[in-house]
Amino acid sequence: MEQIEFNYPAKRRVRKRAHVGVVGSGDLEVLLEPAEGEVARVFIRTSVDGFRDTWKAVLDRFFTKYDGTVRIQINDAGATPGSVQLRLEQAVEVSER
Amino acid sequence: MSEYSGVRGTVWFRAFTGHASPMIGDPKSVLTRDAPLGSDHARFLCVVPDPYARFPCVRHGEVGLEEGYTLAARVREVIEHDKNTIKRPIIAIVDVKSQAYGRREETAAIFLAAAAAADAYGSARLAGHPVIALVVGHALSGAFLTHGYQANRILAFDDDGVMIHAMHKEAAARVTRRSVDELDKLAKQIAPMSYDIRDYAKLGLLYKLLRVENPEEPSQQEIRSVQGELVGAIADARTSPVDLRNRLESKEAREMRKASILVRTKLEAQWLEN
Amino acid sequence: MSNNGHGASFINRQSFIELDARERATALFDPRTSRELLGPFDRVESPWLPMQGITPQADDGCVVMKGKIAGQAAVVVALEGAFQGGSMGEVSGEKMTAALDLACADNEKGIPTSAVILLETGGVRLQEANLGLAAIAELMASILALRKHAPVICLMAGTVGCFGGMSLAAGLASYIVMTREARLGMNGPEVIEQENGVEEFDSSDRALVWAIHGGEQRYATCLADALVDDDTPQVADAIRSFVSKGVPPVHRSSQGVLYRNRIDALHTSQQWDPKEFRALWTTTGS
Repeated sequence: MEQIEFNYPAKRRVRKRAHVGVVGSGDLEVLLEPAEGEVARVFIRTSVDGFRDTWKAVLDRFFTKYDGTVRIQINDAGATPGSVQLRLEQAVEVSER
Repeated sequence: MSEYSGVRGTVWFRAFTGHASPMIGDPKSVLTRDAPLGSDHARFLCVVPDPYARFPCVRHGEVGLEEGYTLAARVREVIEHDKNTIKRPIIAIVDVKSQAYGRREETAAIFLAAAAAADAYGSARLAGHPVIALVVGHALSGAFLTHGYQANRILAFDDDGVMIHAMHKEAAARVTRRSVDELDKLAKQIAPMSYDIRDYAKLGLLYKLLRVENPEEPSQQEIRSVQGELVGAIADARTSPVDLRNRLESKEAREMRKASILVRTKLEAQWLEN
Repeated sequence: MSNNGHGASFINRQSFIELDARERATALFDPRTSRELLGPFDRVESPWLPMQGITPQADDGCVVMKGKIAGQAAVVVALEGAFQGGSMGEVSGEKMTAALDLACADNEKGIPTSAVILLETGGVRLQEANLGLAAIAELMASILALRKHAPVICLMAGTVGCFGGMSLAAGLASYIVMTREARLGMNGPEVIEQENGVEEFDSSDRALVWAIHGGEQRYATCLADALVDDDTPQVADAIRSFVSKGVPPVHRSSQGVLYRNRIDALHTSQQWDPKEFRALWTTTGS
């Protein structure tokens, strides 16, 4: 199991936390929580090692459009980049409702 | 860790009761007898192999339909009989290969036969009977849930022929998609996965691990000594609550089941919040 | 109680099976009366899975919610079938058992509190083996204690089914509710085929699998108390009615004599056709 961390600059305070997804085969869960400071921190635990670059690409892209100061925990069991993107968007949608 | 031999149950049942037979009308796979134990008159129960069992999938010591319902009946008899008097101890001698794996068993709801036995043992415990399980050989999965795991106190022999687990190693390897070697390696770091009874003892579920030179041929002295331990377990059960909290309060549990204890503490706190 | 599809039409039905554990649990409560305990943000996870390179789930695949059903206090515990096959680990097992114990304590304080357990599970989580098995034994003890005061209702909707040691927990329930898609049995077809060959059980024969373990067969043989469509309002209705019904006069698992007589009357010379078995089973030994 690999643990990966990324930080991104952020500004906007977020009101609500959100949880989406399930750690099923080919799926992931996302826990998104408001945090202090001007940074968004992402913590990933994945059962598929060796894909740090792919994770970075997905998150880089996600954070070009998202500026919340949050802590994001991702628990992954082999999801595709498309699924990761989807779950992140779902989490944002729940937290902005 | 040695294979299930199917003899230990009979050996120890005979050692404690002088007999090794079912009650009239019962299948030959379930031995039941009342015998003195300390100052009590205890009911002893044991599931043993019956090569001529009616159901083809229980002929090697498996716990099936008849076994589940017979255990239930013989335990309920004690509850009914002792309703207004001293609650006699109930001793489950455990050496069971596994639950029965058969189409007939599934069709006729073996899950309910197993539940009926567990219901009887658990109800006896809740009614105040000291229920003691003595694991002399194998105690696997559904078979142990049926016969023994509802006990107030569990004792086991410290011996390579004693195994408590959820699934035989080869099958477990197949299901978890690992090799048997990989499982063995994992088991060394992860006590709950181990097949070694000494690792099981670290989980805090056992009352005592007993040393017997050869569990298939015990000496008279060893038999008396084990009887003494059963008497001690009975006394301990009688002075304790009738639930299973001792399994989480033992010294070993406080070490190995920290997550369970945390769950319980946090859940209680959140339950009461509003 | 059974609904032969005369309720919601196929197009209008709201699938219960497609909901995850959290959504299923929520759907059973009276609106706006429920809250989750030890949810994902509490992060009480399996200590054992990361040691084996398996990503844990923040709630360990077990959702505990407290609220009201049919106006009465109730706790719902739902296993997430998509995580490790809904298997019982140390944490998921303890969440379930502790929730039932707290419900029991409330009953003893004079607050009638029922329990509903949603079972999508293969039984013990082999990665936690003996702690999973012990958890099931402890759960069974807690069911026995609670069901004296208030009903313990087991709901199986599919698609995982309820197998292994958890089938014994279902066996102890006050009431069992199943959909047609759901299955309940101690050993799944693959395990039986593995142990005793394809003649004993051809696990690729889906019709046979459901004919033996499926909700319709279990209901027809009086081993389940209700058969419901895969429709959320219907499922919630069934649960409400059993909560309101209260503790049954006798639990199924306490009727050993009845079932033993039925077993004794069965011939064992050959396999039974599941449909013929229905007649064999329900007409003898009562």
